[in-house]
Amino acid sequence: MSEETKTNNDCSRREFFAHISIALGSLAGVMVAIPVVGSILAPIINKPKPDWRPVGALKAFSQNEFVKVNFVDASPLPWSGVTAETAAWVRKTGEDTLIAFSVNCAHLGCPVRWVAGAKLFMCPCHGGVYYEDGSVAAGPPPRGLYQYPVRVRNGEVEILTSPIPITTV
Amino acid sequence: MESLRRAWLWFDDRTGLGGAIGPIARHAVPPNSASWFYVFGSATLFAFMVQVATGVTLAFMYVPASGDAYQSLQFITNQTTLGRIVRGMHNWGASAMILLVGLHMIRVYMTAAYKFPREMHWLTGVVLLALTVVMGFTGQVVRWDQTAVWSTIVASEMAGRVPFIGKWIADFLIGGETVGGATLSRMFAYHVFIIPALLFVFIGFHLYLVIKNGISEFPKAGEPVDPDTYREKYETMVKSKGVPFWPDAAWRDMVFGFIVITTILLIALVIGPPDLGPPPNPSNIDALPVPDWYFVFYFAFLALMPPAMETYLMVFGPLVVALILFTLPFISNRGERSPLRRPWAVAIVALTIASISGLWAIGISSPWSPHFHAKPLTAELIGADSGPIYRGGMYFNDKGCLYCHKIDGHGGERGPDLSYIGDRLSANELTWRIMNGGLNMPGFGGTLTSQELSDLVDFLKTRTKH
Repeated sequence: MSEETKTNNDCSRREFFAHISIALGSLAGVMVAIPVVGSILAPIINKPKPDWRPVGALKAFSQNEFVKVNFVDASPLPWSGVTAETAAWVRKTGEDTLIAFSVNCAHLGCPVRWVAGAKLFMCPCHGGVYYEDGSVAAGPPPRGLYQYPVRVRNGEVEILTSPIPITTV
Repeated sequence: MESLRRAWLWFDDRTGLGGAIGPIARHAVPPNSASWFYVFGSATLFAFMVQVATGVTLAFMYVPASGDAYQSLQFITNQTTLGRIVRGMHNWGASAMILLVGLHMIRVYMTAAYKFPREMHWLTGVVLLALTVVMGFTGQVVRWDQTAVWSTIVASEMAGRVPFIGKWIADFLIGGETVGGATLSRMFAYHVFIIPALLFVFIGFHLYLVIKNGISEFPKAGEPVDPDTYREKYETMVKSKGVPFWPDAAWRDMVFGFIVITTILLIALVIGPPDLGPPPNPSNIDALPVPDWYFVFYFAFLALMPPAMETYLMVFGPLVVALILFTLPFISNRGERSPLRRPWAVAIVALTIASISGLWAIGISSPWSPHFHAKPLTAELIGADSGPIYRGGMYFNDKGCLYCHKIDGHGGERGPDLSYIGDRLSANELTWRIMNGGLNMPGFGGTLTSQELSDLVDFLKTRTKH
C-alpha cells in the first residue's frame, strides 16, 4: 500500500511512523530516566558539609589514654535515630593536643577496639592489630588507622565529622 | 454445579484462558523426565512464592526507616499475631530458596541440560542465581540490627576495592558517606522492588523457555547432543512416548513442593526467626558481623586468603565465577550429556561441594577472629597464686595474649595453641618472639616492661606436657 507513495531516497510513510514511534519512545524513556537516575545518585554526588562536633571537655581526657567518643555524623536525617551516631578513638597527647582515630579498621571497616593492657587496637573480624600511633602491628590491614581532624575550642574537644573511611586501591 | 459450569464456559469463551493454559499444562514431556531428579526447579519456585507471600505480609508491619526499623522488627516478632511465624518463614524460606537453587543447578549441570538448545535456560538461571544471592544479602541488611549495619559497611569496603570507581560504589551502597537515614530506605527499595521485579521477569523468561524448548530428557550415555538433529529427535520422541506434564510429571513437583513448604513452616514454628542483635547503632563497637549461613563459606574464603591477594579475589573472584558460568553453555553445547560419560563434571561438582563444606566448617568457628570474650586464666590453671609465674599468667590475660592464643582450652585460636609452648621454645626464643612478633602477631617490645616480659616468659616456660 504505502509502497505507492515511496519515492527514491525517501522513506516510506510506514518507515516514518516506525522511526517516529521509536524516537518518541526513547525520548520519553530519557525524560523519565533523568529525574529517576539523578534522584538515586544524589546522595552520592551531594557530599554533606563536614561539621565540628563537641565530644567532651578537655579536662575529662586523661593524658595518653584512649577514650571512645560518640558523636552525630555529618548528615543526620530526622528519621536516622541511633544510626546517626558514630564514634572515634581519641587520646590526649599533650597540653591541648589530641589525636583521633576512626573506629573503622582499614581492612574491611569492622569496629576496632582499644585493648588498654596491650596498648593495641584490635579488630574482631580478621585480627587486624594496630599500635597506639595507628600504624599496623599485625594482620591483614593494608594501611594504618584513619585519623579524624580534632581540635580544642574553649576547653571543649571537637571532632570534624568525616566519611566512613573506604580503603581503595 | 450446572450454574458453575456455565459460568466457567462463559469466562473461558470471553478470555480464552482455558484454551491457552490447558495445552501448556498437559504438554507432552519425556517420560524419563517425570522423575524425582526434576523437582528442584519447581521447588525453588514454590519457595519463592512463600517468600513473596511472607515478604508482602512483613511489609504490612515493617517500617523501612533507619531509626524505627529495629523497633518494628521487635514489634513484628513479639507483639503481632503470627508475625513471629511469618518472619520465621521468610527467613527459612530464603534458606530453602538458596539451597534449592543450588540443588537445581547441580542437577542441571550433572545432566548437562544446558546444552543445545537450552543455553538460554542456563543463562537466565545464572541471572536468577545472582538475583537470589543479592536478595539474601539485602534481606540480611533489612533485618536492621547491629550486624546489618556492620555488614553494610564491610560490603561497602569490599566494593571500595574496585579500581577507579570503588569509592563511588561504596557510597552508592551506603547511600552517602556514612551509614544513616538514607541507608535502609535504599536497601529496602532493592530488596522489595528492584530485585523482586527482576526476579519476576527472569522467572517468567526461564519458564517460557522450558515450554518453548521442552523439559530436557534424562540423559542416556552414548546418546550425544547434535544440534543438527536434536530438535527433531526430541520432538519425535515426545510425540510417540511423551506423557502429559499435568499430572503425570507435576504430581512429584507438588509432593516435593508440599514437603518444602511444610518444612519451612515447621522450622519457623520450632526455631522461629533469627534473633535480632543489638540496635543498629554504629557507635556501638562491640560487634562481630557474621553473615547468614549461606554466605559463611565465602566469608571464610576471603578471611583465609593472603592479604596481598584479597583485593583481586574480592573484586575479580565473583567476576571470574560469573564469566565461567556464562560461558559454560557456549564452551560445551553439544556431545554427551550423561554424567557417566562426563567424569570431569562429576569431579567439579564433588570438588565444589567439598570446598564449600570445608570453608563453611571453618567459617563457623572463625579461628581468624580474636576472642575478646575468652575466659581469663585462673590461678588454678596458671599453677601458682603469687610470684612471677602467677604475674606472668595475669599478664597473659591482660596484655591481649589470651584473645589469640589458647592455653588449656582457654583463649582464642588466631595464633598457635600455647598449652605446651614450654616444650617447644627456650626462654630466649620466647623473649625474642614476644618482643618482635611475627606474621600475624604484633611485637610487644615497645609496650612491655622488662619485668613484665620476664614474668610472661617464666609463665610460658611452665607450659609443658609433664
